Amino acid sequence: MLEIKGLKVKLEDEDKQILKGLDLTVETGKVHAIMGPNGSGKSTLSYVLSGKDGYEVTDGSAELEGEDLLDMEPEERAAAGLFLAFQYPVEIPGVGNMTFLRTAVNAQRKARGEEELSAGDFLKEVRAKAKDLKIDADMLKRPVNVGFSGGEKKRNEILQMAMLSPKMCILDETDSGLDVDAMKLVADGVNALRSEGRSFLVITHYQRLLDHIKPDVVHIMADGRIVKTGGPELALEVENNGYSDILAEVS
Amino acid sequence: MALAKLKSDATEARLVGVTLPEGAAWSNAARADALARVRQMGLPTKRDEYWKYTNPSELTAAEAPKAAVFDAGEVPLFDAVDRLKIVFVDGVFDTDASDELTGEGVEIERLADAMAADIHWAKELYGVLETRGQTPVERPLAALNTALATDGVVIRATGKVAKPIHLVYLHKDETSDAVLHNLVKVETGAEVTLLENGPAAARFSGCLEVEVADGGSFHHVRAQGRDHERRTVTHCFARVGAESSFKSFTLTVNGVMTRNECVLEIIGDDAIAHVAGVCVGDGNDFHHDDTVFITHDALNGESRQVFKKVLRNGATGVFQGKILVKEGAQKTDGYQISQSLLLDDDAQFLAKPELEIYADDVACSHGSTSGAIDETALFYLRSRGVPQYDARNLLTLSFMAEALDEIADPSLAEELRDRLEGWLARRS
Repeated sequence: MLEIKGLKVKLEDEDKQILKGLDLTVETGKVHAIMGPNGSGKSTLSYVLSGKDGYEVTDGSAELEGEDLLDMEPEERAAAGLFLAFQYPVEIPGVGNMTFLRTAVNAQRKARGEEELSAGDFLKEVRAKAKDLKIDADMLKRPVNVGFSGGEKKRNEILQMAMLSPKMCILDETDSGLDVDAMKLVADGVNALRSEGRSFLVITHYQRLLDHIKPDVVHIMADGRIVKTGGPELALEVENNGYSDILAEVS
Repeated sequence: MALAKLKSDATEARLVGVTLPEGAAWSNAARADALARVRQMGLPTKRDEYWKYTNPSELTAAEAPKAAVFDAGEVPLFDAVDRLKIVFVDGVFDTDASDELTGEGVEIERLADAMAADIHWAKELYGVLETRGQTPVERPLAALNTALATDGVVIRATGKVAKPIHLVYLHKDETSDAVLHNLVKVETGAEVTLLENGPAAARFSGCLEVEVADGGSFHHVRAQGRDHERRTVTHCFARVGAESSFKSFTLTVNGVMTRNECVLEIIGDDAIAHVAGVCVGDGNDFHHDDTVFITHDALNGESRQVFKKVLRNGATGVFQGKILVKEGAQKTDGYQISQSLLLDDDAQFLAKPELEIYADDVACSHGSTSGAIDETALFYLRSRGVPQYDARNLLTLSFMAEALDEIADPSLAEELRDRLEGWLARRS
């Protein structure tokens, strides 16, 4: 599904290398987790894959089902099936959540040459999916993320994911700022989307999210590279011993 | 040459050959008085403080600059609204195109008919609020309008007026120079909605005087047409009584020169007065100026000024807004926001927000900002698959939303929003 080879990325404005030759392959239908200490480049990886400005790829490649991601505009990546759940979802005053969702869904359908969803079909689908995530009618009417609590913002991200049904979902520290109940709700939303044709890359500091979203593969990232890859037990090792042991072992 | 001499020469040049329309004695006196005030004040020049950001020369020139007639080729605004339609072509009332001037809860007449009557309520309003509005800042172009206005309507709402009254201003002659003056008197507890749209003329001066009695409600939504070359100056003078409501919204699209002045006076307790506007301008020759002056002279008044301007390709936007809270006008709640979205580096926004407060128990806030499209929000939308231009347009519309929200009737707001969307889409 997602194949990253030797990816090197620096900040556009300053001479600072963040990703230093990152290799990662996420197979179709699998859930991979990336853990790592602060500053290891986890969020940068998610931004570079989704096409945010401000980064310069100096070497390497990233492909989604064989298509060169790095050559595409952010909206093209989305239409190709990539989705990033933001660590800090953006507030957009003046744009209703529903309008936003419908614009996004139809823009992607249009880009893929599919027919736009009718207002009725869209409404039916969004209501059903919002209900599962305990998102009420009021949240759907309000401007995008404006006045939402941390938990509401993250649930709103998962609602977008559910409506857009991407192939490759990247979750950037989706657990940050969530209490236990909210995390469970978000994780249930993600688990409901797990399927044979859909892959996940879950970026997190902590093991606890991975109790709810069980990964197939866990990677440890440090200083711009994947330094260790293993099964779910690797996350438990981090939880029990911290990163220092692992980092010492691989250095 | 001294400024005074320059001014009086320019004023006389404008007044050469001008004859005042004739009517009843009171109206002739009102016009003569207005003309005398124009001579005494002199027409504005760019050296006047109040015209520092807007050059009035095209508005004061003896001859109106030509403006090509623009055919938008789309359904006229408010066409689907169940309303009482009154049409002016280049500033002249069009009987055939207009509905009959009757409606439930309202009396409507042509200005000329009212001004010809020896006894008429219009006497208490015509030029009266305009004259009051000349202090503390002079507005000579408004006095000139009072002197010269050849047409218009006078509206007296005596109850809840069932249908909005819709003034349609068509522009068909590229040299037309129109002066219209409208009066609205909202009696105690009455309610009326006034819609206006269209460019009116190559050069247009519009004056609206509105008296809202206690418990009355006046709702005003206006759009100034899409003609690119028109020059427009409008004045709205309003006086609002206790527990009354005044709401005015203006949409300005295109036009090389627009100056919209609004002068509001809250004279009764617990009244609200909202003035809002959106303008979208593209190109070096676009110049748009909102000048607002709100006076609180009663208890517990609420006023809002909400102005949003979207500017690109060298377009210029101006905002001069003032809240004056008089001594004793306690518990006043005044809010003023003027913001511009500059879509490129060539556009400019000039703002002069002012507060002058003589009461000690008031809440007044004001803010003014200029900014570009929020890149973070743009990326967020694009990451969800919304193409860049659509995302920019969506964010531009969202920037204007706070002002559009000032329109009380959601269907009218939606109609204006659609037009703005069209304007943006044509430029994507």
